[in-house]
Parts: sequence; structure tokens; C-alpha cells
Amino acid sequence: MELDPDDVFRDDDEESDNEFYQEHEATKEYVVYLVDASPKMFSTTCPAEDQTDETHFHIAVSCIAQSLKTQIINRLYDEVAICFFNTRKKKNLQDLNGVFVFNVAEREQLDRPTARFIKEFDHIEESFEKEIGSQYGIVSGSRENSLYNALWVAQGLLRKGSSKTADKRILLFTNEDDPFGSIKGAAKNDMTRTTMQRAKDAQDLGISIELLPLSPPDEEFKVSHFYADMIGLEGDDLALFMPSAGQKLEDMKDQLRKRMFSKRIVKRISFIIANGLSIELNTYALIRPTVPGAITWLDSVTNHPLKTERSFICADTGALMQEPAKRFQPYKGENIKFSVQELSEIKRVSTGHLRLHGFKPLSYLKDYHNLRPSTFVFPSDKEVVGSTCIFIALHRSMLRLNRFAVAFYGNPSNPRLVALVAQDEIVRAGGQVEPPGMHMIYLPYSDDIRPVEELHSDTDAVPRASDDEVKKAAALMKRIDLKDFSVCQFANPSLQRHYAVLQALALEEDDMPEIKDETVPDEEGMARPGVVKAVEEFKLSVYGDNYDEEGDVKVSEASRKRKAATENAAKECANYDWADLADKGKLKEMTVQELKLYLMAHNLSTTGRKETLISRILTHMGK
Amino acid sequence: MARTREALLLLLDVSPSMHSVLPDVEKLCSRLIQKKLIYGKNHEVGVILFGTEETENELTKEVGGYEHVKVLQDIKVVDGHLVQSLKHLPQGTCAGDYMLIKKYGETYKGKKHLCLITDALCPLKDPDVGTKEDQVSTIARQMVAFGLRMKNIVVRASLSGEPHMRVIIENDNLLNIFSKKSSAKTLFVDSTTSLRGARKTRDISPVTIFRGDLELSEKMKIKVWVYKKTGEEKFPTLKKYSDKAPSTDKFATHEVKVDYEYKSVEDPSKVVPPEQRIKGYRYGPQVVPISSAEWEAVKFKPEKSVKLLGFTDASNILRHYYMKDVNLFIAEPGNSRATVAVSALARAMKEMNKVAIVRCVWRQGQQSVVVGVLTPNVSEKINIPDSFYFNVLPFAEDVREFQFPSFSKFPVSWQPNEQQQEAADNLVKMLDLAPSGKGEILQPELTPNPALERFYHHLELKSEHQDAAPPPLDDSLKKITEPDPTLLAESQSAIDAFCGQFVIKENPKLKKSTRRFLREKPSGSDEPNGDGSVSDAQAVNSMESKPVVTVDKIGDLTPIQDFEAMMSRRDCPDWVDKAIEDMKNKIFGLLENSNEGINYPKAVELLVALRKGCILEQEPKQFNDVLEKVCKICRKRNFSTFFDFLMSKKLSLISKSEAVDSDITDDEAGSFIVKSQPKHED
Repeated sequence: MELDPDDVFRDDDEESDNEFYQEHEATKEYVVYLVDASPKMFSTTCPAEDQTDETHFHIAVSCIAQSLKTQIINRLYDEVAICFFNTRKKKNLQDLNGVFVFNVAEREQLDRPTARFIKEFDHIEESFEKEIGSQYGIVSGSRENSLYNALWVAQGLLRKGSSKTADKRILLFTNEDDPFGSIKGAAKNDMTRTTMQRAKDAQDLGISIELLPLSPPDEEFKVSHFYADMIGLEGDDLALFMPSAGQKLEDMKDQLRKRMFSKRIVKRISFIIANGLSIELNTYALIRPTVPGAITWLDSVTNHPLKTERSFICADTGALMQEPAKRFQPYKGENIKFSVQELSEIKRVSTGHLRLHGFKPLSYLKDYHNLRPSTFVFPSDKEVVGSTCIFIALHRSMLRLNRFAVAFYGNPSNPRLVALVAQDEIVRAGGQVEPPGMHMIYLPYSDDIRPVEELHSDTDAVPRASDDEVKKAAALMKRIDLKDFSVCQFANPSLQRHYAVLQALALEEDDMPEIKDETVPDEEGMARPGVVKAVEEFKLSVYGDNYDEEGDVKVSEASRKRKAATENAAKECANYDWADLADKGKLKEMTVQELKLYLMAHNLSTTGRKETLISRILTHMGK
Repeated sequence: MARTREALLLLLDVSPSMHSVLPDVEKLCSRLIQKKLIYGKNHEVGVILFGTEETENELTKEVGGYEHVKVLQDIKVVDGHLVQSLKHLPQGTCAGDYMLIKKYGETYKGKKHLCLITDALCPLKDPDVGTKEDQVSTIARQMVAFGLRMKNIVVRASLSGEPHMRVIIENDNLLNIFSKKSSAKTLFVDSTTSLRGARKTRDISPVTIFRGDLELSEKMKIKVWVYKKTGEEKFPTLKKYSDKAPSTDKFATHEVKVDYEYKSVEDPSKVVPPEQRIKGYRYGPQVVPISSAEWEAVKFKPEKSVKLLGFTDASNILRHYYMKDVNLFIAEPGNSRATVAVSALARAMKEMNKVAIVRCVWRQGQQSVVVGVLTPNVSEKINIPDSFYFNVLPFAEDVREFQFPSFSKFPVSWQPNEQQQEAADNLVKMLDLAPSGKGEILQPELTPNPALERFYHHLELKSEHQDAAPPPLDDSLKKITEPDPTLLAESQSAIDAFCGQFVIKENPKLKKSTRRFLREKPSGSDEPNGDGSVSDAQAVNSMESKPVVTVDKIGDLTPIQDFEAMMSRRDCPDWVDKAIEDMKNKIFGLLENSNEGINYPKAVELLVALRKGCILEQEPKQFNDVLEKVCKICRKRNFSTFFDFLMSKKLSLISKSEAVDSDITDDEAGSFIVKSQPKHED
């Protein structure tokens, strides 16, 4: 019975008792994309990667489309609205001129993106001129202020929800650095002032306004004209703004489809050091295998969701019963019963805290002392003032002395010995790569470690590499060196494929997108003459010159038998006229043994019932 | 199948020197048998005690000698009685010698194990012919011939009194002969806790998860086998118990069948057969149905292979990135060239401090790939080949980039000072679990799982009394869940010094504030940092980034700024009213408390600000009321100088031209002050 949704992506014998690192989506994000649709956005272009020119409008729209497609997977509960300003037609709740809120049926204006929304937005450029139209909204002589209107509309859209639970943002795409440039005198000041006030009002309501400026290659977008004040840029930030904004635009486009998790404390635990001294720690799940979203079972006829109902039936009497409160283990010919309470009592070998045992040099932490992903711990002074100070002191000492702490973590579901490894902060290019803190590594117990090295040990000495062979291996290593390898540089090809397929099916795209598998070896690099030579030399030194891949291997008894059986089957199989038997429907009359001859001779599976075998034979014959 | 059968012979030393650890030996052996009762019902076990008072064995009868050796149980299939008899090992009185006896039926097919637990403290009797070494060698040879694997556990915990060094060395040498001449393993344990974990209580027959090529490149491949190196031993899966069957029914299974039914959410009366279901995945608010046939056509189908991506510095792979249980890559057994190739790579990796990154698809038809790291495992023993450990690394999707504040950004009071740091250094040094010259404490390889131990203990207790309560942890197991008191005592001074240096206290403010103490601001975010409004009314309590301070009352230091900030707050329309109200009170307060008019200038300034604000917010009546009231007060109290100030500032009522809602004409406004001024001549 298939009940587990994640079985596809799970490895062999992992169990789903991961309750202690399950995640919940916490806060949401409400975003209004505010896109300038003035004629200038259509007339200015930028050279794209493939040498053709793209309009700014196209850049903005495709960036949003990309971002939506990522967001629908990454941050399912975020809500978005897309709003154009400087438009000919208007469509908004306030009925303001020059502002058009794009939407599709069955969707509120600010809502979670839907497949239909994304799909129609993908084609917005084709219908834009007809449906919405482009027109300068701020012209001298008129009191219309489309930017003001746009901000007002955006603010209106973001009225929903409290700013405490949701992060509200307005992302403004424009290539006009001086929106009131065409206006002169008092009118300009007035418009600037009211627009600023509008922006400030929005910001006071907890809405942040971000600017994504677009500029033609030869002209610079001057933030200082107008927008610096609006988004609150001063001093050094001003100079840094333009480069960072360009980066942001890039980032929006090639985001990895990756489910985002908001930072959440998994557990607050106290770390008992000694003499009753204990400090407060928060634990976080920084590294956890990501699985595709949960499966919802549907009725394949109606596509309506299904719910699963569980019922318990007594195997002896057939009576329907409540979920039984007792479990049993057959032992010594008896059924030993345990209540659920007793079982949890047994597991509670310690309080739920972390108890320090002592410290060991890092070399004592072996590579095989690992069972599951580590958990990150960071101190907190929230309840116990002074925790952070003690933690920092221990953290420094452990780093300096190259030691890790051994502690017992009395987690009620799975009490374990853990190693606490101090990690110093690593900052690269202004970003934090590794946060400072300690990683809790779950240690195996003696019964969890298998002495597999000794499995094939002999009383005789086993062959060892000579110094020369080691030297050749070292030379090879220097050749195939991944210099800046970082653990998370690969996307999971299986997961990315899953998301791509899901997107293609949801948006009814015709062709399945190809996902690049980043995990395959770099064929080109491997083919470089230096590498090839190093490999050859290493091969020669360890294998000798007349190495035969198969010859050196003792073929196992079982595989020899299997091979013989196949050969035999091929011979026997030739005695029958299979096509004729199949045509006359005589396969049914043959024995399973006979049927298997055919299957074995053609390298097919021989498992299953007789009917299965027959249908497999017929399929193979193409009948 | 021969390989699922196993015969184990326990050779237990019960001589006086072992008495102190016998309870733990008993527990270890009972656990061993218990697990066999659950997982390996047809395994065979025999128990031989030596150092016993009485002598009872075949060899005595046949050839004489072998005194003080008692066969507690001949080799036979495990049963419950054995657990019982192991519970109370007789305490021997004599020093015994441990000579092995052939107890295995020579025709026994299956794995043969022998487990010797002793402290090797008693001198061996000299044999009649040859030396002791010869005799041991003969036994070792015989064991190899029988395919016997031996594990010796030597307890060195109770090294009390004057140790007979000569005896110990001699015995150790003899045991070493076993290790060399046969596939025997000798393990020295120095605490009862380690003794409990010294013998794996359950032998899992190892199964490869991959056999094939480790591809360095297209041209160069190494035949390897991959085994699991670690795997979590779980609680046995208990079955659900049904008490429905009558107690008289002897054949009742008491099992519970769990049935699943699929019902439409909208119409719960409609049951959908399992094969009519289709998987749906969320895409936004919708669920996209995808049939298994569709999946089959498009899903990711990598080829079975293990490919090298490259080598990199070991420092690039931080320890906490290891994701799962560990595998072992070993050269194909019997393939000497592959063994050499693995050995060369492992040794070079160790020498150069490198690791290998590999991409693995273990089975054909597996739908995902794993990228992992190979680290060298260079063998110390000549009869064990070199190998690699394999750890799974995370993909980009698996890493959550949460930001945490740098320690250096914390306030000074959170940073340890020099003495504190020294005390911490000292503690980390003194509370040493791997003291040089002594054995490592709590080595994972020798530490049993306390929860599982407790479960099996409880199981045994329950088999005697159904209502037995979960037993407490015994002392040997307590040393796993709690720090060892003796170790704590040894480093008491360091602990005291450490505890003395640091002060911790409950956070007194906790109940009042619900706000998190630490405001973590993601670095690299471009969010605007506050809106520029400042207030003296609120002390800024944050550590690194100033929180957005909003003004909610008018303070004394910068009342005008506060007022303006409040007026421009738009999160609630009440702010304007509140601001005006506050301002009013402030102005009246100033006038009331003004001694000889020193507060007049300030009051007038506030009035100017209020007027400006009221025009902006189109609230003329509010201001006009205030002004009239102010004038009334002044007239009553005869604050004539105040009017001069008003005049100088040209302060008047808000007229219609300034705010549409005003019912004051410009003329009225212009003449207001003059009219309200008390007549001096009066």
C-alpha cells in the first residue's frame, strides 16, 4: 500500500520519524510589482545575451514572470499583485487614472499566484497594447500624477493582513529617474511632495518600497534625482545602490527553484554544563534533505481530493475497534504487552536537555560517526541572561584548542550522544557563508557501527600501494582538483526535474523543459591532455600494462550458475516455435518452466504469475 | 540458508578478579541472547565458564586436566532459559585458565563465533608438552580450520592491588597470537560502560548496496563494493495489540489489521478504490494531477554508476555537512589490483589532505542521485585493506541560508573577558574525555544505546511479571546519560573556577516583553532602516540595528518633532487626534506653569506647529478652539506679554482660505488677536 508521499525520493531504509525536524511555513510576504509602462519603457532597449535588443518593459515583465514561477514553488503562501502605471486604460479599485492592475478570473487582486495567472502573464506583451496601452501619465499642464496613483493603488492592495505577520513590499520597475522632469516650478515641487508623502504613508504602514531601476547601457539611472529620498538612501548607500540593484534584478531572474523555509527555532533547550550551571540554546535546522511537496491524492475520475480513513480491525474476531493503546512483542513464546506510555517512559532516559560530558580532540570525531543531518545551536539570552557570554567563551576555547564537546541530548523521541563542533563565522564577499555557533552531530552507538572493514579480512597481509603508486595518485589528485568546491554548488537534478515537470503540466506547456544535471562529471575537463596523462600514469602504475577488466576478477559461483542457466535456456528455447504457439494461443497450455526458458533466453524478468509471464512474452514479441 | 545461522560460544571468566564486573557481563550476555530470541531464533549459543569451583566438561573426562572449567550450556538453539541462567553467573573461587575446547560440531554450517570475556589476570598453567605459545598457536590454527571467528574482550577496569605485570604481559602476548594467527579481535575495555558496548549484541549480515565501478574517468575504473558503515538500530517494531479475543482462545493472534479507505473530501459517503487514485502535487493553490504513467515518461532516470567529480581540499568540506549514515567503499574482495588502486588513492588523499567528490546512483532505476565525499580510511592492520568512508553531502536546495549575528557584534557585556576566557580554556582542557595514556571515555564504538538497553531489560522483566514498571538505568548506563562523577571530581577545580567566573540569571523582563531579545537583521538586505523619526521617549534597546521607533506621545525634549511625526503617522487615523490632544495639553501645561512668562516663547512655538499641522490635516476647528481657549485663559490671568508674542508671530485663527472646513473669514482671523487682547486701558 502506498501511503508515503515521499517514497520516491527516499533512500532505502530511511524512516519517517523525522518529527523533530519538520518545518512549517511561518510569515508570508505580500508583494506588489509596480511596473512602469510608459512609452519610454518600450522605446529604450538593452542588448540581451543573445545580441538582440530587449525593451526595458520586456526585461521587467520576464523578470517578474520568472520570479513568479519560482515563487509558486518556493514560497507557496506568498501573495502577489501586478500593477502597471502610465497606462492608457485604468483598472483599479480607487478608479485612478493611468494605473492598471493585472489579474485573472477566480483570483483576488492580491492573492497567491495561480497557474492561470502565470500563464496569462507570460503572454502579457502580446496583448498589452490592445488591452492596457501605454501612455505618459505625468505631463505638464495636467494635475494627474500616475506615480502617486500607482503608489496609492499598491498601498490599497496591501491593505490586507497585518504587517506583523506579513512582510509587505512594493517592487518598483522603472527606467525614469526623474518622473517629474517634465514639470516645472511649483507644480513640480507640489507633485514631488505629495508623492513623497504617499510613499512615506505606505512605509509607515510597514510597507517597504524597493526600486529596481533599468537604464540603457550608455546612460546612468540617477537615483539622486528623485528616488533616493523615497527609498531612504543616504551617504555611502547611495553610491552602492546602483550596482546592488543590478545584481538584484539578475538574482530575481535566475533563482533556483527551492522551497524556502523561514528561520525558525526547532527547539529551545538548556545546556547543562556543570554544578547546576546551565545556559539557554536555540536549535535550528540548517541542513535538511528537501523533498518535493506533499502528495494530495485525487480521484482520477473527478480530480477531487481524497481523504484517507484508517480503521482498525481485530484479526481474531474481525471486530472494528479504536486505535489500540497497547503494542506487543512476541518473546519467549509469549506476547509481552507494552502501553504507549510505557514505551515513551523507556525512551526517557534523561531529561530533555543537553548535558555536557566533556571534551575530546577533533581527531577523535571519525568520519563514520554520523547518522543524520546535524543541528545548529546558537545561544539565547532571552530567558537566561549570561548564556551568550558563556557560549562565546566555550566556543572560542574549543576553536582554539581544536576540541569538540561530547554531550548527551535527552530528546524524548531519540536520546543520543552528540558531538558539539564549534564553527567560526565565515564571511565571504560581504555575505555570511557559515554562521558562528556549534553544530550538533548525532553520534552512533556501538550497535549502530558495523565492522564491515573486517568482513573480507584475511589472515594474510593484503596488498598495499607502494610509495610510487601513492605518488602517481597524488599527481592525479593535483590534476583533478576542484579548487573552490562548495558543498551546495549542485542543485538536486531529480528535484529540479520534478519542479520543471510540475510547472510544464500546470501551465500546459507543450515541451518538457530540459533540466541540466549539474552533478555529472566535467567531461571536457577530464579530457584535457594533462588529466588524461595523469590518469593513464596512475592506471599503469596500479594495474600494470595488461589489465583486463574482467579477467582479474573471480567470477562468483552464483553468477557463473546464472550465466550457465541463461545459455542453457537459450538452447532449449530454440526447440519451440514461439511465434506459432503465441498465434494459436497455446502459451496457456505450457508449463511455467517452459515459459521461463523464453524469458531467460531473452533476458527478461521471470517473476510473477503465469498470466504475467505470458503477457510479458507477448509484449516482447510485439503482439 | 547457511548464512542466516550462527553459532556463538561465550567463554566467560568468573574467577575472583572478575567478580566486580560480573553484573555487567551478565547483562551484556543476556542482551545478546535476548536479541537472538527476537531476531535470530535459530541461532545457537553455548556458554562455558572458567574459574569455577567445580569442573564439568568433556575434556576432563576424556583426557583429564582442564580443571575449573564448567560447561554451563552446550551449544544449542537459543531459548528463554538461557537468559535466566545467564542472569546469575556463579561466582567462581578459583583462578582459572582459559583453554578452549572444541565445542562445535564439526559439520555445523553457518558462521561460528567465539566470544571470550576475561580480565586476563590469572597465570596460565604450563602445558605438559611444549610451551604456552605453541599451544595457543595450535588452537589458533585449529580455529582457522574450523572458520571460527574470535573476539576477546579484556576488562581492565578493576586493576586493583598490585598488578601482576608479568602475567598480564604474558597473557596479552598469548591473546595477540590469536589475533595474528586467526581472525580474532582483541578489545581492551576499561570501564563497565564500555564493556556493555564491547560486543555488538546483534549481528546484522552485511549486504552491499553497490557493486561495480568507481569511475575515475572513462578509461580508469576501480571495482568496488559499498557497504553501510553505520545504521541506526531502531526499537523493534511492536505490533498493535487487540484485546478483543476471548481470554480462553489459546490460538488468538491478538493482532490488529489496519485498513485504509479513500473517501472524497466533498462527499464522504463515496469510497474510491485505491487503484482509482491519482497523485496530485501542489502548484500554487491548485493541485496538479500527475498519473504514474506520465511520471514514468518524464521522470529523472539516471544510470547506475559511481563517478568521480574531482578531488578537493578536506577543509572545503565542513564536518556538519554530512547528511546521513555512512557507507564504506572497499575494493572488490579478492581483486588485488583494485585493492592496490584504492590503497594508493586513500594514502595519497591522506598525505595531501584531500577528499574526493563522487556522484552515485546505487541502483538501476533509482530516481535520484547523491553527491558525496570520500574520505580515506587507511588501515593500521596488515590484514585489513585500505578503504574509503562515504558521506552524503547536501544539495543547494537542502541548505537553508539563515543569517545569525556575528559574535563580535554583540554588546561588550556579552563578550567574555580575559579571566572568563581563561576559565573556559581551562575547562575545555581539564574536562578531558580522552586523557593521554588512558582510554577514550564514551567512545561511540563502545557505548551501548541506553534506551534500547532499557527496553530489553524491561522486556525481560515483563516476561516474568506482566506489570513490571520500566526499570531505572543501572550505573554503567547512567554514565552515558549523565557525566561521570569521578571525572567531574577530578576536574572539580576547573569547573568551580569556570562557574565562579560567569553569572547567569533569569531574565526579569521576560514576562513583560514578548519581543525577541535579539533582533536579527539579515545582512545584505536592502530594506530601509527605520523611517527617520526619533524620540526621546523611548530608549533604544536594540543591539545592532535600530528598530523602527515610532512616536506615540509627545515628549518634553522635542515636542515639535514628536508632534510632526505623530501627525504623519498613517497606520491609524486616531494618531492625528491624539497628536492634537497631546499638543493642547502641552501648551496649556506650559502656560499654567509659566513663571513670569519664561515658557511663553515655547508655548507660542508649539502653537505655530499645531497651526501648521492642523492646516495640513484640514482640521481648522481643532486649532481655532485651542487658540480661543488659550486667549481666554490669558485674558483671565492677564498674561499680556503672551499676546505680544502672538502678535509678533502673526498667529491667528485658521481662515477659510487656508482650510475649507473653517468658518472663520480672513477678516475675522486678522482681527482676532486684537479683539481678544485685554484692553490695557481697562
